[in-house]
Amino acid sequence: MKSEVWIFAEQQDSKIKSVAYELVSEGRKLANGLGAALCAVCLGHQVQGIEQLIPYGADKVYLLDDPALADHDEDIYTRTLADLVRRYKPEIILAGATSLGQSFIPRVAALLQTGLAANCTSLEIDPESKILLQTRPAYGGSLMATMICPEKRPQMSTIRPHVFKRHRVDESRQGQIVHVDFDKGSVTSRTKVIQMIDDLTGKVKLEEADIIVCGGRGLGAAENFRIVTELAEVLGAALGSSRPPVDDGWIPYSHQIGQTGKTVSPKVYFACGISGAPQHLAGMQTSDVVVAINEDPRAPIFEVATYGIVGDLFKVVPLLITKLRQARA
Amino acid sequence: MKVAVCIKQVPETPTLEIDPQTNTLIRARGKMIINPFDMYALEEGIRLKEQYGGQATAISMGPPEAQEALREAIAFGIDNAIILSDPILDDCDTLATSYVLAKAIDKLGQPDIIICGRQTTDGDTGQVAPQLAEWLGLPFASYVSKIEEVREGRMRLQRMVDSGHQVIEMPLPAVISVVKEINLPRLPSLRGLMQSKKAPIPTWSARDLAVDASKVGLVGSATKVKMVFFPQREGGSELLQGSPESQVDQLLEKLREAKVI
Repeated sequence: MKSEVWIFAEQQDSKIKSVAYELVSEGRKLANGLGAALCAVCLGHQVQGIEQLIPYGADKVYLLDDPALADHDEDIYTRTLADLVRRYKPEIILAGATSLGQSFIPRVAALLQTGLAANCTSLEIDPESKILLQTRPAYGGSLMATMICPEKRPQMSTIRPHVFKRHRVDESRQGQIVHVDFDKGSVTSRTKVIQMIDDLTGKVKLEEADIIVCGGRGLGAAENFRIVTELAEVLGAALGSSRPPVDDGWIPYSHQIGQTGKTVSPKVYFACGISGAPQHLAGMQTSDVVVAINEDPRAPIFEVATYGIVGDLFKVVPLLITKLRQARA
Repeated sequence: MKVAVCIKQVPETPTLEIDPQTNTLIRARGKMIINPFDMYALEEGIRLKEQYGGQATAISMGPPEAQEALREAIAFGIDNAIILSDPILDDCDTLATSYVLAKAIDKLGQPDIIICGRQTTDGDTGQVAPQLAEWLGLPFASYVSKIEEVREGRMRLQRMVDSGHQVIEMPLPAVISVVKEINLPRLPSLRGLMQSKKAPIPTWSARDLAVDASKVGLVGSATKVKMVFFPQREGGSELLQGSPESQVDQLLEKLREAKVI
């Protein structure tokens, strides 16, 4: 029987999240390295587009469809995924390190008494031992650690969105969708969601944006955030923040980019008044082009920036806005 | 109301040194502090017992030095503290660590609420709290940003998820992990500092905890660190020179050339 590499295809409101495609693309390489099948596991209700996982590289999609699976009930998800693992025995499971993934995947690992490496930034099959090498940051990103799970199975990893890129493989790829029965009676859900409050401000969603403008402590005060907000508007960009402005209440947490915030990988990332601490870099270092504006030439952000402007952001950013507006006119 | 808070002592600004032969971390040293996220857990534990009456206990698994962190917790207002310390508990991964903490929680006698910080600044995994909940078979909520109410054996709270906030309700006993948004930790009071100096902090050994030796230490850890290294950063940026006007012009030219705007 062919061994299996699994990816957890998280859905939100019955749509497959982008991170699932990134995991399929990465999982495909691992499956090839093992001569295994790549399978996506999806828990939800009337989820659209699961067959799209196949052109990205999945051989199989295990689909469980039930109203009880529509929302992210972690008690139900934990037990259901663990039961599936016991039944089909995959070698490896990859899941997105989303708020759901970071909450229920560790529980699955504990229930199965197996190992989990969180927030992996690179994954590889060791050519000799065939075990999974899981590399992840520790000490806020100042140190990288390569972990292994030598004996227990499955080997589990969570990966933050935008760390791996999605590649479209092959439109003609064949694969199967396996409908697995969900036994609702077997799980008790103890937690009840009473209300969901969506508080992401701004028109462009951070994780999907091609251009992001991010403000940091260098802005000095809450009201100065309007400078980066204006730049974001002119560029049609999403607005982000490093941690200090969020801590100080200048902007909601949903805009935070970094180790304890969101991971992004846009085409262009503007870092305004951001020093570039490892915890922030962890959230944006895979961006294609990074533009850094900071008055301190020794700021670590300049180590990862493509283009750097050492200068006063209160002069540079308004100039940028004016010139961009002129060009549009 | 019985509250238990799990804390960890971590280096404040660690000097990291790698052994070039084994590619392992030579113990990261530096001034040791309470893990920053655990400060919020402690504050919330103290607030809960102030509001509902009862007791707040802090526990920590670590080397004997971790007693300092527990002493500090008492200075903030924690009623009592226990250190879980034993050489055979060294080198636990999160699965083994959460197992040990679960044994301690059992020995404490079923607290109503068990609070952890969302992650540590050294390991950065955020795995211990959910795994602890699983070992204990208790309901779990992560990223708790507000405890709205505790009433008749149930708790209503707010948690932060990727797109916003959720208001949820769960039965007690339960395990939660908290984020910074939940509160503003207090400073220790003079009385607290005085009390913390004299407070007895018992040590629970592996034997006291009745741990299964096969579930702790390297042996009980499912994951192992194969090697560590410093992150490589590719070459620095192209610094644009000149007046702000000139810098902006150059930048726009380069971005247009690269077709990114």
